[in-house]
Amino acid sequence: MARITELDVNGSREKIDVDAERTLLSVLRDDLDLTGAKYGCGEARCGACVVLMDGRPVPACVTSAGSAAGAKITTVEGLEQDGQLHPLQEAFLEVGAMQCGYCTPGMIMAGVALLRDNPDPDEAEIVRTLEGNLCRCGAYPRIVAAVRRAAGMLRGGGAA
Amino acid sequence: MKPFEYVRVKDARQAAQALGTERDQAKILAGGTDLLGEMKDYLVTPARLVNIKTIPNLDKIEHDDKKGLKLGALVTLSRLAEDKNVRERYTALAQAIDLSAMPQIRNAATIGGNLCQRPRCWYYRDEHTICLKKGGSKCYAVEGENQYHAILGGGPCYIVHPSDPAPALVALGARVVITDGTKTREVPLEQFFILPAQNVRRENILAQNEIITHVLVPAPAPGTRSVYLKEREKDSYDWALASAAVVVTPNAGSVGAARVVLGGVAPVPWRVAEAEKALVGQPLNPATLARAAEAALAGATPLEKNGYKVPLAQAVVRRALSLTMA
Repeated sequence: MARITELDVNGSREKIDVDAERTLLSVLRDDLDLTGAKYGCGEARCGACVVLMDGRPVPACVTSAGSAAGAKITTVEGLEQDGQLHPLQEAFLEVGAMQCGYCTPGMIMAGVALLRDNPDPDEAEIVRTLEGNLCRCGAYPRIVAAVRRAAGMLRGGGAA
Repeated sequence: MKPFEYVRVKDARQAAQALGTERDQAKILAGGTDLLGEMKDYLVTPARLVNIKTIPNLDKIEHDDKKGLKLGALVTLSRLAEDKNVRERYTALAQAIDLSAMPQIRNAATIGGNLCQRPRCWYYRDEHTICLKKGGSKCYAVEGENQYHAILGGGPCYIVHPSDPAPALVALGARVVITDGTKTREVPLEQFFILPAQNVRRENILAQNEIITHVLVPAPAPGTRSVYLKEREKDSYDWALASAAVVVTPNAGSVGAARVVLGGVAPVPWRVAEAEKALVGQPLNPATLARAAEAALAGATPLEKNGYKVPLAQAVVRRALSLTMA
C-alpha cells in the first residue's frame, strides 16, 4: 500500500504517514487537525471542503492524499498572516456573511482565489465562481456583498 | 467506500500492467471528480486505483496553426477554457467547458476523464437499483421517471451522455489517441462512444488496460464559427436537458460546411447528418435554421415524460446556429 509521508500545507511541510488512498479532506481534518475545511456531501457537490491546491480551489473530499502529495495546499487556517485575517475573512465578519458557518471556509477559499485572479469582480462573476458552493442558510446576498467589500479593501491597499 | 490499493504509474505501459485485464477490478484515477463519488456510492468497487496523473507530459496544450490542437488527456478543464487560442479558434469547446460542472470541479477534472465519465441517470446512480447498466435485467427509466432520459439512440438503456465538451469536440472533428502502452490507436471521437445497443455496460470503446493519452482537434477552416449552447433546469451546476454544438464554415454567403451535434438527448454525443445536409449550400436565414432544427430531431422517439426535449433541442439548435452569425 502506497504511503504518503509529507504534505505541504499552509507553507509548512507536515510529516504524516497515511494511506495514499485516503481523501485529502480526511488527512487535513483527522491527521493534521485542520478542521476548517468541512465534510458536506462527500461527492464534490456542495463546496464545503474546498481548499487551494497550487492556488486553485478544488474539492478536498474527492481528492486523494496521493494526488495532493507534492502540491502546495492552502486551507482557511493558512490565510491569516501575522495575526491579520485575510481581507475576505474580515469582510465576512463585517458583513455577517454566515449564519451557521458550515459553508464559510469553502466560500472563503473559492473567493480568495477569485480575488487573486480578478481584484474587481462584478456580481455576476462572483455568483458564477461560487456556484459550486452551497449555503443551506441562504446567506448568499451577504456572501456576495462580502466578496465585493473585500475587493474594495484589497484595491484600497488594505492588508493583503 | 471499499478499501483499495493505490498505484502511481510513470507511463502507459505501467498503467496497462496495473490496470490488468479483469473488468473494473482496477480503475483509472485522474481528476477523480466522478470516480470518487461513484466509489462512495458503491457503484464501482475497484480493488485498485491507478493514478495516471504521475505520467509526465500528458498535461500539455499544444497548438499548431495547420495541424490544430494536441491536448494531453490530463489537461484540466479550467486550463483548457482559459487558453486564449482555444477560446478564439475552438470557441464551442471553451463555451462547453464554461457550462460544465462548477469552477472547483473544472480545476480538478481532466479532459480525458470528462470523456470517460459515467452517466447521471438517477436509476444508475442509486446504489440499490440494479439496472441493466449494472448487470441487472431491466431499465427502470422505460416505465419510470424518465424526464431526463434519451429521446434519440436509446434502448435497451436510456441514459444520456453527461459530457458538455464531448459534443463540442465531436462537432470540431476531434480524434482520441488510445494506448495500452504497446499498441496505440487513433480513433475519431465520434466512434469512441458506443450505444447501449452495442454494449449496455459501457459508454465507450476503451479496453480495461487502455488509457486516453491525447485528444487531437483539427484546425478549423478559415472563417469557421463554432458555438455550444446548453439548456438546463437550474442555471448553475446542472447537466444538459438539451444542448447543441454547431460548427459552420461559410462559403460565399451560404453555408460551405456544417456539423451539428446534440448533447443531453442521447446515450452518446448525437451527430445529425440530416441537419448538416439541410444547412450546406443554404443561406443561414430563419427558414434554413428551422429546417435544420426540424431535421436534427426528426428521428426522436420520446418516452412518456421527456417529450418536451424535442422542441427544446430544436430551439437550442436554431439559436446556436443563429449565434454563429453573431
